[in-house]
Amino acid sequence: MKYVIKKTATMLITVLLVSFFVFLAFSIIPGDPAVAKLGTQATPEKVMALREEMGLNRPLLVRFVSWIKDFIFGDMGTSYSYSLSVKAMIADKFPITITLTILSFIFIMIMSVPLGLYITEHDGSIVSKAVDCINQVLMAIPPFFSGMLITYFFGIVLRLFVPGGFVSYKRSFGEFILYLIFPAIAIALPKSAMTIRMLKMSILSEAGKDYVRTAYSRGNTTTAVMYKHVLKNAFIPVITFLGMTLSDIVAGSLIVEQVFSIPGLGRLLVTSISNRDYPVVQAIIVLIVVIVVVINLLVDVLYRVIDPRIEDE
Amino acid sequence: MNKKLLSNKKLIIGAFLSIIFLIIALVSLIYTPYDPAAMNSSDKFAGISFKHIMGCDNFGRDIFSRVMAGTKITIFIAIGTNIIGLFFGIIIGALTGYYGGILDEILMRFNDAVLAFPSILLALVFLSAFGPGQINVMISLGIVFVPSYARIIRSEYLRIKGLDYVTSAKLMGARNLRIITRHILPNVFPVIFSTVVIGFNNAVLAEAGLSFLGIGVQPPNASLGTLLSDSQSFVFSHPSYTFLTGGFMVLLIVSFSLFSDGFKEYINA
Repeated sequence: MKYVIKKTATMLITVLLVSFFVFLAFSIIPGDPAVAKLGTQATPEKVMALREEMGLNRPLLVRFVSWIKDFIFGDMGTSYSYSLSVKAMIADKFPITITLTILSFIFIMIMSVPLGLYITEHDGSIVSKAVDCINQVLMAIPPFFSGMLITYFFGIVLRLFVPGGFVSYKRSFGEFILYLIFPAIAIALPKSAMTIRMLKMSILSEAGKDYVRTAYSRGNTTTAVMYKHVLKNAFIPVITFLGMTLSDIVAGSLIVEQVFSIPGLGRLLVTSISNRDYPVVQAIIVLIVVIVVVINLLVDVLYRVIDPRIEDE
Repeated sequence: MNKKLLSNKKLIIGAFLSIIFLIIALVSLIYTPYDPAAMNSSDKFAGISFKHIMGCDNFGRDIFSRVMAGTKITIFIAIGTNIIGLFFGIIIGALTGYYGGILDEILMRFNDAVLAFPSILLALVFLSAFGPGQINVMISLGIVFVPSYARIIRSEYLRIKGLDYVTSAKLMGARNLRIITRHILPNVFPVIFSTVVIGFNNAVLAEAGLSFLGIGVQPPNASLGTLLSDSQSFVFSHPSYTFLTGGFMVLLIVSFSLFSDGFKEYINA
């Protein structure tokens, strides 16, 4: 419990730190948002008035504190380019990206755990060697390239889905999930390859330990040793790895959204960056930090449930 | 020793392919079959032939020449990124690992914060602040790489500073700076080397991601990532463009990771 409180505190500090740096980065960027909003023809008086209205004349720290305060209470500011509240802009895109992330994570588990167990049990066989080889290649594929390959093979050659035919979850949840399956596989493929590799390494290193020999000498079968003794220990580093991968999966979904023309947070982020719409960019980035950090906390807690040996520092 | 080297297939194949890619990058400095930026409307989407071994793109530019030049830019960015990451990573890692204390505590908490964050997004923030372009991609990714390097180097310094030879160097009156640079640093190099090769691959992947989002390398320059993202619009009509450029990039990364795996096996065996 004490550990969870300590971790939560570190988590809050992380979020604050990152949001401050993001805020700072966008404050020192050359270019005046007021000028950007009014256009270059605007009179200096008008610009001054708008700067005052947008609160740009206050010191940086004051602006940061008031922005964070509003953010916590759910007011994420107003978009420069669309004069819409950022919250409204993000609200319907957020579930899309989250669903994509969760789906990818599920696919990673489905693809990597059984396959990882299988090739470790049959280490040295042809199948295991083939999987190792394929893994080496899969790990080198950036998610947007696997996305393009999947669009081509499943969308054009096999016609399993219509590339670009995204259906919003508001219209039909089933079709929405059906469309997201393909981008989720695109994100999951390279990550599964890494997870399989990690799982195999971890199981093999556990299998050489003394307690495994003892378990065998007590007359346990291979299956029993594997599932009752080895896996419990072997999964610990894999869980850490999956927790670390999570931020990559979120980042991956932001990019893969572009390939499959999914109107999620990633798309909004990219258009907002090119429009210099910083309130939107800041809000999205802070939101992503919060998601990543919360999941890391969950992984950490899970870690302690699985392995009670890890004591509080 | 030589037997150990020759029986390590990963190391040999990886090193061989990596050298080929480096040679391609170097050759493209002085020679490419065609000018990678020269447009030729009569060769628009020309197929694969002896004249154009990878065909031509939507502007009639020779894809193989562009891939050669793209390899050069990709490798250039990856190396630059690693130099920046390593330079600051070694300074921060060495000082915090060797001295410890409050500075270590603060920097490591800060490191944790940065590491929890998807690296490509952080680079995205920096890039939107600096503006796109290859030098800025290099700087942004370099900054993003510093924490992970610092962490690895720090843990090496922590481990090595307790060894007997460091204690005896201290007893002989060596100054801290000398111990850090002359006694410990050489022993950190094997770890740095294998980390750098992985870092190289990460840089290639991250650069490709940024260029894909359109905020990386800007035209007329093109990295492998830019080429791949250009090809996306034609994946339906001319899939070979995507397959060839993407395949080339994947092969580049596979070569370097084989090399890194093999090297790790070699020093551990």
